[in-house]
Amino acid sequence: MQKTKLVEALTGNYAAAYAVKASDVDVIAVYPITPQTTIVEKLSEFVANGELNAELIHVESEHSALSAVVGASAAGARVFTATSSQGLELAHEILHIASAMRLPIVMAVPTRALSAPISIHNDYGDVMNARDTGWIIYIAASAQEVYDTIIQAYRVAETANLPAMVAYDGFLMSHTVEPVELNDEEEVRKFLPRPLRPYTLNPKRPVTMGPLASPDWYYEFKYQQATALREAYKVVKEVDALYGEKFGRSYGVVETYRMEDADYAIVTYGGAAYGNAKAAADMARERGIAAGVVRIRLYRPFPSMDVLRALEGVKAFAVLDRAIMFGSPAEGPLYKDIATAMFMHGVDKPAVNIIHGIGQRTMYVEDMYKIYTMLKERPSKEVVFMGVRV
Amino acid sequence: MSLPKASELPIGAVIPEPGSTRRNKTAGWRTLKPVIHDDRCVRCQLCWLYCPEGTIVEIKGVFKVNGRTYDTKYEINYDYCKGCGICANECPTKAIEMVPEAP
Repeated sequence: MQKTKLVEALTGNYAAAYAVKASDVDVIAVYPITPQTTIVEKLSEFVANGELNAELIHVESEHSALSAVVGASAAGARVFTATSSQGLELAHEILHIASAMRLPIVMAVPTRALSAPISIHNDYGDVMNARDTGWIIYIAASAQEVYDTIIQAYRVAETANLPAMVAYDGFLMSHTVEPVELNDEEEVRKFLPRPLRPYTLNPKRPVTMGPLASPDWYYEFKYQQATALREAYKVVKEVDALYGEKFGRSYGVVETYRMEDADYAIVTYGGAAYGNAKAAADMARERGIAAGVVRIRLYRPFPSMDVLRALEGVKAFAVLDRAIMFGSPAEGPLYKDIATAMFMHGVDKPAVNIIHGIGQRTMYVEDMYKIYTMLKERPSKEVVFMGVRV
Repeated sequence: MSLPKASELPIGAVIPEPGSTRRNKTAGWRTLKPVIHDDRCVRCQLCWLYCPEGTIVEIKGVFKVNGRTYDTKYEINYDYCKGCGICANECPTKAIEMVPEAP
């Protein structure tokens, strides 16, 4: 446990940069894109000031940024990069390569809506397109959690030999100042020992990475990867608990608010949706509705059992999705995951899919309150596009 | 043939043994096989230059063919030749013949 308490007023992005500094990262590849840019700006300041001894590589695109950290990670370095929106789309190809090569890369993604039309504002269209690329995906809900999760992500990634993405609301969190308790950096470094990697690029012990695999071999490696991501669930839980013991803060994989006796719940992710849903649950309870909120913190691997357990007692629930999966049976990505988990475990209850906060359309607390009344008066299974002019 | 299981393979499709590709013979799909008729070969080296796989082997020595003496001779490494026929096509003296592989 650390001796002194150091609290700074930081944006979500600066919290991410401070976590990267504390994690003693060796190589950082940077390419600017809103709203991610201030993370790597802060990091380049740290490197320039000599506060962080890292190689900062300026690259020509996000595809190159992720490729550069793939190479550095293959050589055994602890690496970091960050991107948003179109940048994550451009890097998509390398997302699969990073996870399949089992490289413990950590990437921050302050989320942003996808083009077209161009929007620099926040929703989760970018991360949700990357949800099945084999990465561990966290979605944080406060600047403090961004800081803590990035440190946890290094420990998890280096234990599971998988890359990890730490996502959070662009602008709504990335550019919003909150108090953040910073850890003693010496203690963070003790929490993040550098485990011996199974294989690194080393001329003294040559190996081939990223080779061609014929039909006789390819499937086995993909099976390995699928299994590794499933098993990373345990690692995430263990590391969160260890972190809690050492630094006094832990989050679990699913966070609940007033769910103990709730009849109706909103399930969501990210800071703005969670915060407003909590305020709406308070409002609903004042008006006689037993309301609660479930927040998904670990999105991949998906914590099916934790979600189902959290929703066990409710009569009906809504899944608030901040991304649109065009043409899906239901357009919300989280809704689809929960529906699959329910189907596989024989659970059937009214669950409505609310799409909201697209391109940072304001999600009012009153909107969230309406969701609770809708669940109570007209429980159904449908997709509702909320907050849109039709 | 019994191949290793997923749990027995190194993670991330890493090949931990350097140079193991040498064991991998890549001529399996050849249907036409180039055969060099040494008596017609004038040692111009064009086959050796054009072969996309580097499977034409230049051998040094003293070779007497039809009363002429050469210091080189060309052979084909059939472990890697895929039978593309570029050598036969380029050969100015038609010294390379493409012969169907035995079924």
